[in-house]
Amino acid sequence: MTIALDTAQARPKRGFWTMARRDAATGYLFIAPQLIGIIIFVLIPLGLVFWYSLHEWNVLAGSFRFTGAANYEKLLSDPAIGEVMSVTAVFSAGLAALNMSMALGLALLLNQKLRFMTVFRTLFFSPVVVSLVAWTIVWSFLLQSNGGINGLLQMIGVEGPNWLRNPTTAMISVIVVQALKNVGLNMILFLAALQGVPRELFEAARVDGVPRFKQFYRITLPMISPTILLASIVTIVGALQVFAQIMILTQGGPGFSTTVLVYYLYQQAFQFYLFGYGSTLSIVLLVIVGALTFIQWQLRRKFVFYEN
Amino acid sequence: MKTELSPRAQTLAYLTLCVLLIPFVFPTWWMVTSSVKPVSQIFAFPPDIWPRAFDFSSYSDVFKIQPFALQYWNSAYIAAIVTVGTMAVASMAGYAFARIKFPFANAIFMVVLVGLLIPSEVTLVPLFQLFLKWGMINTHWPLILVPIFGAPAVFATFIMRQFFISLPVELEEAARVDGLGRFKIFWTIALPLARPALAAVAIFTFLGSWNLYLEPIVFISSSDKFTLPQALTQFTDAYGGPMWNIQLAAATMTAIPVLIVFIVAQKQFVEGLAHTGLKG
Repeated sequence: MTIALDTAQARPKRGFWTMARRDAATGYLFIAPQLIGIIIFVLIPLGLVFWYSLHEWNVLAGSFRFTGAANYEKLLSDPAIGEVMSVTAVFSAGLAALNMSMALGLALLLNQKLRFMTVFRTLFFSPVVVSLVAWTIVWSFLLQSNGGINGLLQMIGVEGPNWLRNPTTAMISVIVVQALKNVGLNMILFLAALQGVPRELFEAARVDGVPRFKQFYRITLPMISPTILLASIVTIVGALQVFAQIMILTQGGPGFSTTVLVYYLYQQAFQFYLFGYGSTLSIVLLVIVGALTFIQWQLRRKFVFYEN
Repeated sequence: MKTELSPRAQTLAYLTLCVLLIPFVFPTWWMVTSSVKPVSQIFAFPPDIWPRAFDFSSYSDVFKIQPFALQYWNSAYIAAIVTVGTMAVASMAGYAFARIKFPFANAIFMVVLVGLLIPSEVTLVPLFQLFLKWGMINTHWPLILVPIFGAPAVFATFIMRQFFISLPVELEEAARVDGLGRFKIFWTIALPLARPALAAVAIFTFLGSWNLYLEPIVFISSSDKFTLPQALTQFTDAYGGPMWNIQLAAATMTAIPVLIVFIVAQKQFVEGLAHTGLKG
């Protein structure tokens, strides 16, 4: 206490506005736009979506009444929800697996000491910057029964399917189209991580005669595991949010075969104007994303090795 | 990891890379070349890798069917405002969280971080309701306000905060001793040093806004207010079937400018995005 008094007296008198107080005021001023934005556009809507999910709210019929857990009961008895959830799971798992393995493979290839690697890197990355809807439109053009893909297949004597009209190929198509779009991002992350691995480790391993694939499992993978974890969280959460691709390529069809959760949410809320049920589906999405992020965060302790 | 490869392994590596490249590059190539083919040729068999005849009429038709120039402007000005706005909001908040001591700073940071964990689709219904109440449906306000102040800005703030934490304190301390105020220090010393982080924030914010699709189709209904991604899907004939040549011409016009900027500023682009990922 006496020390505090001493310093206060040592400084020029500023009345109420001491250095610390002025600093605090500036701090609050600096974070105010962000904090107020989060309250208005995230926290309040988050509270509201819980509240709405407890109501039967049909905008077209003009009804809004408290029904408690009725929407959640509806969710459990919704004949479509089982397929929507399994479609969402298959899509997200398939996309994440394809994206991560392609990205890692490409990064390993591009990490070789060869010329023109920057050019290759640029070209593999380029779909990331092509506008998403443009990319998806081209693919819907390519994937038609008489489109470019089947044209190319026919040249080698293969009769291609009607990609987007068959449940199995439709799912494969949306996964591949989306994976190709974004592989570049994970590829760059992995490439940066690979370049951070100390070369001495490999040299030591080579001297000891450790085979190549063993070097990969024992050195490369553990060293880049933090990046793999980060990329997998971002990729899976991103996969759960896919919408435009589904809307443009398949409209969720054929049947419900590509109706992922976000697309179903959009249909219920903004095509059928069932805001109450749409809110319940929003909560489902929130819970899934939250659980996945939590699980992956826990896995970090088990599987991720840091440099020391 | 870098090793000298034998000539044979080199050839193999190049060959593999070229084959793998096809699905990444071919669609863009196909989009551009098909958009200048006469309609009768876009489904030709065998497919023409290079157009046999050139027909640029679909490029002028794009502007006849929809107010495409206006839609282009809509996307451009919204993306510009969102980018500048996000840079301002995120750099200030990021700086404060990293450098200024104020009560509850950590608790508030935790609250802000919630925005990072909530998928934007979760809050779409209440946001629609909110903007309806404010009379902002079918205006560009939701596409500007939410990205600048809402969840997407949190990631930008996070990146800025990480950057400012790594900046040596000594640079600012000298200025403080000279009696410079916080805002002056931020504006004249910290911010100019933060150029790499700001560039990263600018790149992914611009791309995010430019590509936004779900929000525009929820909030906007009249074609003169459409943004590009929304407009692209509207080039359909009387039966609702897509007019491919026109759709591809419009898609080309949407994709090519960003692609050119990317090729010119390739290094900055890739490193900027890698930077954001690694710092996370």
